[in-house]
Amino acid sequence: MAGSGGPAVKRRDFLAGCGAAGLAGALPGCAPAPPALPPGELARGGLDAGHRVRAGGFPPPVEEIDVPVLIVGAGIGGLSAAWRLCRNEAEFGAARNPLAILELEDRPGGNARYGENAICRYPLGAHYLPLPNQEARAVRALLAELGVLRGAADAPRPEYDERYLCHAPQERLYRYGLWQEGLLPRLGVPTGELEQQERFFARMAQFRDARDASGRRAFALPLAYCGDAPEWAALDRLAMRDWMLGEGFDAPSLHWYVDYACRDDYGTGHDKVSAWAGVHYFACRAGWGGEAGEAVLTAPEGNGWLVDGLQRQIARSPGAVSFHSGQAVYALRQSSGGCEVEAWDRARGVSLRYRARHIIWAAPLFLLPHVASALPADLAKDIAAVSHAPWLVANLSLKAPPAPGAGAELAWDNVLQDGEGLGYVVATHQRIRQAPAPTVLTYYRAFPELAPAAARQLLLERTREEWARTVLAELAHAHHDIHDLVTRLDVFRHGHAMARPLPGFRDRTRRLEAGWGRVRFAHADVSGLSLFEEANYRGVRAAEDVLAASGHLRTRLT
Amino acid sequence: MSDSGFGGAVAFESRVPARLQHALLASVFVIASCGLAYELVAAALASYLLGDSITQFSTVIGAYLFAMGIGSWLSRYIGGDLARRFVEVELAVGMLGGFTAMGLFLAFAAHSAPFRGLLYLSVLAVGVLVGLEIPLVMRILKREVRFRDLVSRVLAVDYLGALAVSLAFPLLLVPRLGLMRSGLLFGLLNVAVALWALRLFGARRRKLSILAWSCFALLLGGFVAAGKIADAAEGWIYGDVVIHAEDSSYQRIVVTRWRNEVRLFLNRNLQFSSRDEYRYHEALVHPGLATLPRARKVLVMGGGDGFALREILRYPQIESIVLVDLDPAMTRLFSSAPLLVQLNGGALNDARVRIVNDDAARWLEEHVDTFDFIVADFPDPSSFALGKLYSTGFYRLVKQHLAPGGRLVVQSTSPYYARRSFWTIVATLDAVGLKTAPYHALVPSFGEWGYVLAGEETPTLPAAYPQGLRFLTVAGTADLFHFPGDMSRVPAEPNRLDEQGLVRVFEDEWREAGGPQ
Repeated sequence: MAGSGGPAVKRRDFLAGCGAAGLAGALPGCAPAPPALPPGELARGGLDAGHRVRAGGFPPPVEEIDVPVLIVGAGIGGLSAAWRLCRNEAEFGAARNPLAILELEDRPGGNARYGENAICRYPLGAHYLPLPNQEARAVRALLAELGVLRGAADAPRPEYDERYLCHAPQERLYRYGLWQEGLLPRLGVPTGELEQQERFFARMAQFRDARDASGRRAFALPLAYCGDAPEWAALDRLAMRDWMLGEGFDAPSLHWYVDYACRDDYGTGHDKVSAWAGVHYFACRAGWGGEAGEAVLTAPEGNGWLVDGLQRQIARSPGAVSFHSGQAVYALRQSSGGCEVEAWDRARGVSLRYRARHIIWAAPLFLLPHVASALPADLAKDIAAVSHAPWLVANLSLKAPPAPGAGAELAWDNVLQDGEGLGYVVATHQRIRQAPAPTVLTYYRAFPELAPAAARQLLLERTREEWARTVLAELAHAHHDIHDLVTRLDVFRHGHAMARPLPGFRDRTRRLEAGWGRVRFAHADVSGLSLFEEANYRGVRAAEDVLAASGHLRTRLT
Repeated sequence: MSDSGFGGAVAFESRVPARLQHALLASVFVIASCGLAYELVAAALASYLLGDSITQFSTVIGAYLFAMGIGSWLSRYIGGDLARRFVEVELAVGMLGGFTAMGLFLAFAAHSAPFRGLLYLSVLAVGVLVGLEIPLVMRILKREVRFRDLVSRVLAVDYLGALAVSLAFPLLLVPRLGLMRSGLLFGLLNVAVALWALRLFGARRRKLSILAWSCFALLLGGFVAAGKIADAAEGWIYGDVVIHAEDSSYQRIVVTRWRNEVRLFLNRNLQFSSRDEYRYHEALVHPGLATLPRARKVLVMGGGDGFALREILRYPQIESIVLVDLDPAMTRLFSSAPLLVQLNGGALNDARVRIVNDDAARWLEEHVDTFDFIVADFPDPSSFALGKLYSTGFYRLVKQHLAPGGRLVVQSTSPYYARRSFWTIVATLDAVGLKTAPYHALVPSFGEWGYVLAGEETPTLPAAYPQGLRFLTVAGTADLFHFPGDMSRVPAEPNRLDEQGLVRVFEDEWREAGGPQ
């Protein structure tokens, strides 16, 4: 029957206290020793196989395979390229040998890979996609094919499948012992700072609406659609923090928020990130949904559903694509007639030679100089200048969600303001459930305080137990019950999680996007921002360039 | 002056003055802490039990400060063995202050009428005793310390103690210990000061010592038994006899009985009164089901008390009913306790009923069955988790389980107290492409209550009802579907999962209405 169930503070708890536990908590010196660590694994994305390539000494190839197009890397860039090529299947490839994708890891997905256990799927890296802008035509076309975007893909405000729109409440912030709704600090922030926050967002809205003489947005996403103007280009010559201070933005709450955003998207603090990239973070999103306002698409497996979706769409062209996992590409050459790639098949223990007319390099760019000895020096120099931030991801299996704590309810994204990490997302958030059920929390951490090489060293040195203790200690500040609830804690390390958009990165992008002859680059590294939209754009763009070169391109998505 | 050395000033001087001074100042700190704590406990208890916290805090604190003034003034009449008086006052404060919360709560639970009188009486008594403490300490110390230093030190420590408690009370004590135990804890501290004073003054006053230790033991006993006492008193608070109380995995279930009236509380919210539940459940089931003569399969979500089932089972053509209720404790209780089985007519034990204890959405996701009639009888959308059960996403899921021509009915909170919430639910059902027919009924225990009928086609009014209904009549049904001016439709956005506007609106509306029920 109908009840108006308000928040249920039990009368006897309020009056009589919670007995022994309460008493022990109130008396100092009675705190029990921390319980034993939960079991778990320590994994690292690409580190072992990548280092194997650098070591060299592979046997000569035992087999030669001819393919029209060879894609190296099955992250979002490589899968998007294959997806785009398959859309042109009628003209391309079907009659000849299938195009091939070589992936270093056992599974495709790159940063968007996911894990799964008895409770649910959970992300190992990228975990959301903001509603794509109107100019992100390729992303929208993909979402329309997956049935998540309904109606016209180019509508200003298309409708999205509610199951993938992140459910309310989306975000909360732990601050002064209370959870507040949203990530922008509001609770206990002085009026002057609140006014500054407002002024900052008004400024960002101006940037969002700014267009150049030919009508291109100043801060478009994908970046390739950005317009040009000297005053915007000037932003790429200083750090975000310096720009803010120069503009009179000095509110600590605002600096925390902007710094958090930069750590979250770029793995780097706002004292180092290019002001252009910092502004882009706040100014690029204009992808509203039908009835939904500004929102993100997510799933228990983070962006893993997009990896599965891309594969599903590719599989609709049977025989068009052959996928090979566990392939370490160790040599790449090109001549006027075509390209040759040599790869070591980890499972079979043999090397293979692929001959292709076109190569789409969709692996991280920093690997290329290690395999292509003929790479021009200036290109190698630009590639070497792309610095990568490492990431730590910990997946915590819990018996039940943590106690709600004071303030706002458990959200999808939960951030501790004073934490070293970036907070955690709740994998089961999109479920419609009443009973407190087991869940998986995915905790993220970047290392803005360290140079990337030093942070990678730290990632290699520390044991899972050390990370587990650190993560649990941090979360225990907001969740006293975390030690009792956690049943498993797996740690996943990304050595090169994301390109760092440091000042000057925009000029480099212009040189990198030209590629290297028949080797076209299809990785977000080219753009310098490690975002789904960029990886997808680079993949589709490379595929369309290949189609254009062979005279098969009908219409462009890029 | 006494040769036992327990004689105040002279005995003092013979001891190490510095140490004694420090000890007494430390006890001033404890005394000040306890003094403020009793004040806060009384005020918090009054606002908890009587509501209107501003009034309660203001009057309780005012009365308390006034009483302290009386105490200070009365202290001039206390003479003789000052240290002994000090110990006696400490014991009295400890006992009276310590047991105030428990005593008042029991008094409130037993008879709420004289509660206010007792409250202010105890506030005055404790206030007077606390008012005596500081002047006594100052008089004890005054021969040792210059007046200027005395006042500055004693008052400084006094205010410091107040600060400590004012911070600890809301942050640590009430959340961890609760009001009763907080009060008792400070009682113990007062008695501890008394025991300490006895020791410091080198007393061998056997009687006083025994008395002090007895007080300590009593307070400690109260501290340990506080949980049991609160439980017992809870029964009185519900006003009736608690005939069943249990904490299930999901909620606290309390069933009470007074004469012929049985009531169910979940997490202290009234769910039904046997006096008028028939109104709620007849209105929930019949306007929809009476128009479906060919209905065979029915799904009930929520409704573990079996009352909706009782109404559905009035239709002989119904072949099967699936009841999905999260809490097995509820369905067990209402299918086994004779008194409750009598109320729901044994509906939960009917051969046509299948009970499933599961999350409604999970059950819907994992099954493909369709139903001619679906009842969504969930708790009101007071949290984001519950709000999901009133969302476009959930209704799309439910819609997949509606057989052709089937109907869905949704309990939709009060269109009077929560008007926008009610019409938000209507808009949400509209948004998933269902045709809706909202209606309402008066249930005295709840007030004016709302429901929404929905289906692929616009629901029609029934032409006949089953025999034996006590509330619904065919002639009166049209009135249920008419919304008078103060409940008529207001513009509202559908409750989408990514926004959940309903939860915020609902919270605002019930807060304005002065809380649920």
